[in-house]
Amino acid sequence: MSRIRDNYENSLWNRLTRWVNGETDPFKGRMEMKPLREAELKGDSVYNPDHLDQAKVDDYLDHLEKNKEMKAFRVLYCLGSIALCLLLISVLLLTVSNLPVLGDPNGPNNNLVSWRYIEDGVEEFGATNLVANMILGYRGFDTFGETCVLFIAATCVIILLRRDEEEIENTKETDWKYEPKPDAILQTVTSILVPVIFLYGFYIILNGHLSPGGGFSGGATIGAGLILYVTTFGFHKTQRFFSEKTYDMVKVGALSLYSVTMIYYFYTGANMIRNLFPLGNPGDILSAGMILPINIFVGLEVACTMYAFFALFRRGGM
Amino acid sequence: MEVFKVILLLFLIVCAVSVSFIKSPLTSVIVFMSYSVVMSMIWFILESPDLAITEAAVGAGVSSILFFVTLRKIQAIAQKGDGNEQNQG
Repeated sequence: MSRIRDNYENSLWNRLTRWVNGETDPFKGRMEMKPLREAELKGDSVYNPDHLDQAKVDDYLDHLEKNKEMKAFRVLYCLGSIALCLLLISVLLLTVSNLPVLGDPNGPNNNLVSWRYIEDGVEEFGATNLVANMILGYRGFDTFGETCVLFIAATCVIILLRRDEEEIENTKETDWKYEPKPDAILQTVTSILVPVIFLYGFYIILNGHLSPGGGFSGGATIGAGLILYVTTFGFHKTQRFFSEKTYDMVKVGALSLYSVTMIYYFYTGANMIRNLFPLGNPGDILSAGMILPINIFVGLEVACTMYAFFALFRRGGM
Repeated sequence: MEVFKVILLLFLIVCAVSVSFIKSPLTSVIVFMSYSVVMSMIWFILESPDLAITEAAVGAGVSSILFFVTLRKIQAIAQKGDGNEQNQG
């Protein structure tokens, strides 16, 4: 092999590979930069902080300060980051200054699409909240994708941070086992606040087609309330009404019901079949056809995801 | 209302700049939280209350709590009561 690549050590490719792998030595042979493998770390001889030669360390630090290459690199790094920051700021400011003026009748945002949303939205989807018409009606497919993204994110967190119930129970030292201490002020305030937060969240979800808000905002509010309850009363008390089984059922059920509703809706829309959901009287709580059930599904999904994130980060299980 | 808006925007800029200069992770998360609260007020002024609700719940609430939990896990925040807890357990 060495016969074929005689000067392999000094070739451009080898230097590039070593630089990429972090094996190059910016201190000119004074320090080994190659990261240690696990097998090498097991032996005591490789790195032992007790047996460090103080004179050698001082010499090394002294050399580090005087190294011209390092100094130049630091100065260049500072200047480069400042220049990049200024460039980004100027590009963003230029873009903002060239945006069309808000409310300009001739602007590109004032086209047929928004007129259609505003004028025919209530008639076609029946919700007085035009934003709900837009995101769940005209752009329902987008919202379905977003909900799937939430589901995938929660699944990834479960894959990464999940621990067995036995492991949680059997370990003694780690802090994921501990329940919060009973705190009189926190518990009193929580028991007053949490029902109000839940009620407000459900109100936002159920009124999503009448007033600002909707599935995502209400779900996030309910999730925050659940997190407040868990931090105060601990996981054992929460498991009485929201265990992992409930979580699985609610999450998967909400997503599948949502997808069934969406498929039915697309099928009827594409084939010009009359929708089964009655649009009702705009402004009533039971109106707007499929927007109300979809809001409920999205809200359940988001609330579960928020709670799952917290529970998995904190404890590694629900 | 204009003055109030300008004050909020200035506060936003101050928060955004100071997050990157604060050394302590706990303080910077709290500043980030206040950034989210001010941002939700600005959303409300810009007539999108639904975004304001979401920003207050997600930005100021859940994501900051996730930051706190993570900082506690990697022991960047001092854990006061843990010594007692370990003795009891």
